[in-house]
Amino acid sequence: MNVQDQVIAILADQAVLEPADVSMTSRLEDLGIDSMGIVESIFAIEETFDISVPFNANQPDASDFDISSVASIVAGIERLKAEQG
Amino acid sequence: MKRVVITGAGTINALGLNVPDTLAAMREGVCGIGPLKFRDVERLSIQIGGQVHDFPPEGQYNRQQLSLYDRFTQFTLAAAAEAIAQSGLVFSGELSAKSGVVLGTAGGGVSTWDDNYRAVYEEGKNRVHPFVVPKLMNNAAASHVSMEYNLKGPSFTVSTACASSNHAMAQAFAMVRSGMAPAMVTGGSESMLCFGGVKAWEGLRVMSRDACRPFSANRNGMVQGEGAGIFVFEDYDHARARGAEILCEVVGFAMTSDAGDIVTPSKSGAARAMAGALADARINADQVGYINAHGTGTAANDKTECAAVADVFGPHADRLMISSTKSMHGHLIGGTGAVELLACIMALRDGVIAPTIGYQEPDPECALDVVPNEARDAKVTVALSNAFAFGGMNAVIAVRAV
Repeated sequence: MNVQDQVIAILADQAVLEPADVSMTSRLEDLGIDSMGIVESIFAIEETFDISVPFNANQPDASDFDISSVASIVAGIERLKAEQG
Repeated sequence: MKRVVITGAGTINALGLNVPDTLAAMREGVCGIGPLKFRDVERLSIQIGGQVHDFPPEGQYNRQQLSLYDRFTQFTLAAAAEAIAQSGLVFSGELSAKSGVVLGTAGGGVSTWDDNYRAVYEEGKNRVHPFVVPKLMNNAAASHVSMEYNLKGPSFTVSTACASSNHAMAQAFAMVRSGMAPAMVTGGSESMLCFGGVKAWEGLRVMSRDACRPFSANRNGMVQGEGAGIFVFEDYDHARARGAEILCEVVGFAMTSDAGDIVTPSKSGAARAMAGALADARINADQVGYINAHGTGTAANDKTECAAVADVFGPHADRLMISSTKSMHGHLIGGTGAVELLACIMALRDGVIAPTIGYQEPDPECALDVVPNEARDAKVTVALSNAFAFGGMNAVIAVRAV
């Protein structure tokens, strides 16, 4: 699986949806992923890609990792993999 | 002052996954203690315990719940479901706003601590699951019960080692008796049967390697158990008005502190707690037919407890029955008083006194009727449940047949 498919699998699992129901443009709030779900998703992303995601649940918007949509998460992971790999 | 009655009971422990199975096992003198089964058990010198088997969490809870429910919370929710169903109460409106949940636990999410310390120390992992803190916190079980049943009144967790659930039930009793709450969900839960939990206890050198034999001259220590006991305490008038089945009445309690030693029990602390419970309940010592002993099977507890009973009850000490059901289900630490209250209810309602099993040799320092090895039929109208904790904190509850 490529990064995009892995992220979709993680978010679909968290949202209790089929991967087919999650697209690159899906936004986490539209998927019904709440704040605890976001933290669990970040954890799953860190475990899956062996990266450390700079994310503070107190200030999601100020974090240097845009979790608003599938596309932004994929881009963030690609960047972190390059930086931390 | 309100009268307080018990209208629901639930449990899960090594003797059974519910109250009827547990009471049947107590009547039969079944021993729920056996070989422990969990990771790294072979590295322990103590390898027996009253472990709950046949309770696979995967079948009962979904993945999201499992990420938040430590085993002590799982036990609590299972026992609470049984107790609240039996009570028939549905918490809404003012009943919901005023009723709460007070539970006891000594260790809280011990296996969650254990699993995650293992991950970061032994396995060298650098991150743990996001919900480790809300999963292991001591009030997690009480919080999940409050959320599951819409209990919005006074709710908290009490932690006084082996007396935790008796202290919790004493608080719930006081709240219903004072009129603060029409009903309270109360009791306790414990799950320390994991590698780190038992390893810590090994250090004290008070654990038996073969059996829990309270009051028997050849006793050689305590054996740990796990599980939960949960009850619904309710205002008597409230229960009567809705035609609820009443299991028994809670008539009094007392709490004392030895202010002495951090582990060695005190005769006077125990005696003051028993005498205090009788005074609070306004009952005479000679009305007590049965005591569920703290009865850990250690040299220190059993002789101290028997001496305290002799002090409080005088000549009547030779006529009452006192048994330790820890011989069957093990010592549930912070949940033990809750499971043991079931033996008191069985004595009051069914006229069956649970035995002290594993009893082999009389001990002159424990020369009371400990109901050795076989349950006994007897009519009892008042019973006490003793809990004497490390730290010298004691709590005794008095219950009466209705």
